[in-house]
Amino acid sequence: MTEPANAARPAFGTETAVQIEKLNKWYGTFHVLRDIDLTVRRGERIVIAGPSGSGKSTLIRCINQLEEHQSGRITVDGIELTNDIKNIDKIRSEVGMVFQHFNLFPHLTVLENCTLAPIWVRKIPRREAEETAMHFLREVRIPDQAHKYPGQLSGGQQQRVAIARSLCMRPKIMLFDEPTSALDPEMIKEVLDTMIELAEGGMTMICVTHEMGFAQAVAHRVIFMDQGQIVEENTPQEFFNNPKSDRTKLFLSQILGH
Amino acid sequence: MSEVHAETVPFVRDTMLPSAAPPARQSGAVLWLRENLFSGPLNILLTLAGLAALWALVSHLWPWFGHAVWNASSIGECRQIIAERYGQGAGGACFAIIRERWNQFIFGFYPAEHYWRPTAVFGLMMFAVAPILFSESRRLRWTVLAVSAVASFAACVALGAPGRALLAVGAGFVALAALIEYAPRRALAFSVLYPFLAVWMLWGGSFWGPVAVLAGFALALAIWRLGARFGAGLLGLALGVAAAVWWWAALGPRVAADLQGLMPLALAPVESRSFGGFLLALTIGVSGIVMSLPLGIILALARQSNLPVVRTLAVMFIEFIRGVPLITLLFVASILLNYFLPPGTNFDIILRVIIMVTLFAAAYMAEVIRGGLAALPRGQYEGADSLGLTYWQAQRLIILPQALKISIPGIVGTFIGVFKDTTLVTFVGLFDPLKQMADTIRATFAWKGAYWEPYIFTGTIFFILCFAMSRYAMYLERRLKTDHR
Repeated sequence: MTEPANAARPAFGTETAVQIEKLNKWYGTFHVLRDIDLTVRRGERIVIAGPSGSGKSTLIRCINQLEEHQSGRITVDGIELTNDIKNIDKIRSEVGMVFQHFNLFPHLTVLENCTLAPIWVRKIPRREAEETAMHFLREVRIPDQAHKYPGQLSGGQQQRVAIARSLCMRPKIMLFDEPTSALDPEMIKEVLDTMIELAEGGMTMICVTHEMGFAQAVAHRVIFMDQGQIVEENTPQEFFNNPKSDRTKLFLSQILGH
Repeated sequence: MSEVHAETVPFVRDTMLPSAAPPARQSGAVLWLRENLFSGPLNILLTLAGLAALWALVSHLWPWFGHAVWNASSIGECRQIIAERYGQGAGGACFAIIRERWNQFIFGFYPAEHYWRPTAVFGLMMFAVAPILFSESRRLRWTVLAVSAVASFAACVALGAPGRALLAVGAGFVALAALIEYAPRRALAFSVLYPFLAVWMLWGGSFWGPVAVLAGFALALAIWRLGARFGAGLLGLALGVAAAVWWWAALGPRVAADLQGLMPLALAPVESRSFGGFLLALTIGVSGIVMSLPLGIILALARQSNLPVVRTLAVMFIEFIRGVPLITLLFVASILLNYFLPPGTNFDIILRVIIMVTLFAAAYMAEVIRGGLAALPRGQYEGADSLGLTYWQAQRLIILPQALKISIPGIVGTFIGVFKDTTLVTFVGLFDPLKQMADTIRATFAWKGAYWEPYIFTGTIFFILCFAMSRYAMYLERRLKTDHR
């Protein structure tokens, strides 16, 4: 971490937040993830990029077991993921996830969306959960929408609610699965700003995104995937200015060249 | 082309347009008639043809209703009165059969001195369901409760309920109204206890019998909860069920008998065979409706389960039940079941029919709800999972509220079907209001040949009840609409 571009970023710890070893996954006979090895430190921010179908979403969905893997080890926060459903629920409650399509609960108000899991999973009293929820809704700058239903909000607002909903569980790690891909250009910025603020707060983040500006601004490390494998892994500085692999160069020329 | 564009394309708006009101819609009856009925030669022709058909229908039906006789002691007398009033050969309805035999259409052969019991049970049912069905709208809840309490109390008085019973029913209504107003969550306890109260009031006998049955459920629940606290929910459930069965079979009846000896509290017993008419239809229909929904939900979830054994069992059950006509199941209930039960077992016929109707409705319900589950985007499951909710929490808080909301039209359709299908109990010799009860009344010489009137009367009541269910479904859909699509 000697690059000047990273000097301003708070250094992350040496503790391991997520450790992935020799991870393999198949959809039927299709080999989606091949021998993935990845270690994420506490406080580290990682951006995963790559062409569609490269397995990047599948990779982060394995971390909270929305997808099952067939071989390899995933250790999250010191707990190894097994088939034990209690173990998986425990890890999911420590790992927040933000989805491309928000996945808010349309039958609950914004506030209820944010308090549901703290009340039922963490067993926090309703009043306290509501205070926490309002705190995070203020953080994402939509406290005045708390009593509306998700369907009444714009896409950008919904995604910020989704971020607040995850934060209400006080997660140790946040996963972002293309959080801005379903948004209009004008709304992308408000979501990215929220994510940048979150990053500045020292959250451990793993983001699958095509927002290369975001990667350059906050990532400690960029991982480039293709055909289910990690092709290149580097600091954003090196990754964008001095890519090593031909596949990375091609990818960058395609997404940055217009 | 390009020269033209070069001059016209640059454009900068300096003032933004304010939003304007939409144009006023033209209205008026004459305008509506002209637009909808007489807009062209073909439409004028069709309108006139429609009016002619309507006239033909009304002009033939009206005399029949208009000549209706309400006061007569037999169909012969009816015909005589009509002939006297409107001349020989005039047709007319003989609603006197309804006037004279309404009690049998409503209560069957239920003893007349106890008519107040089903009436009070019906009134109390509203107090059991209103806190659930109308939980949001206070005004609607009180309208329903006031109307049903006043009506059923007045009916109890008119049907000659004894003073003590009137006092108890009246006090019950007032107490429940207060409970619903001041402690709505406690009022739900009454909704749970209501079925046991209803069984006692309808069939009579010792009060402690239904209490003992209830105690069995409480025992199972307590053991299950205890097991769940020590992390052995499944074992606790199995033990609880076993304990409840043991209680019901062995200890419960003896405890009930002892309690009856200590504190005698009993109503005159009424045989299941004397139930009939709408009392029977409502008893079977409401029980079937209330029990088939939870069973259907469980079956629908089981069919979507990842556990192969659970899924296979659910599929087999659903496909088997849906594959046979309801009448087959009713015959099984009435005849075949006796071969399998130990001799001398007295397994109530209405209970057997209720079980079969419930299973039948649950299989359809499961498929309706499965449709709702399938309509939910995968993201809802993932959103719930990613927050660490357990399977049952996710189902209860996220998935089912939405899936059931989507399925409301189908669920209510199934409910209406179940209620109307209760008339099929005629095939196992129960006195359903539509056929068996009417046939029985027609079997007396006085009313031989009165076909239309009972059908119209029964049909009207069925229509009112089913239409009410359908309207309630629409109200519920509107109330639960939060997606703003």
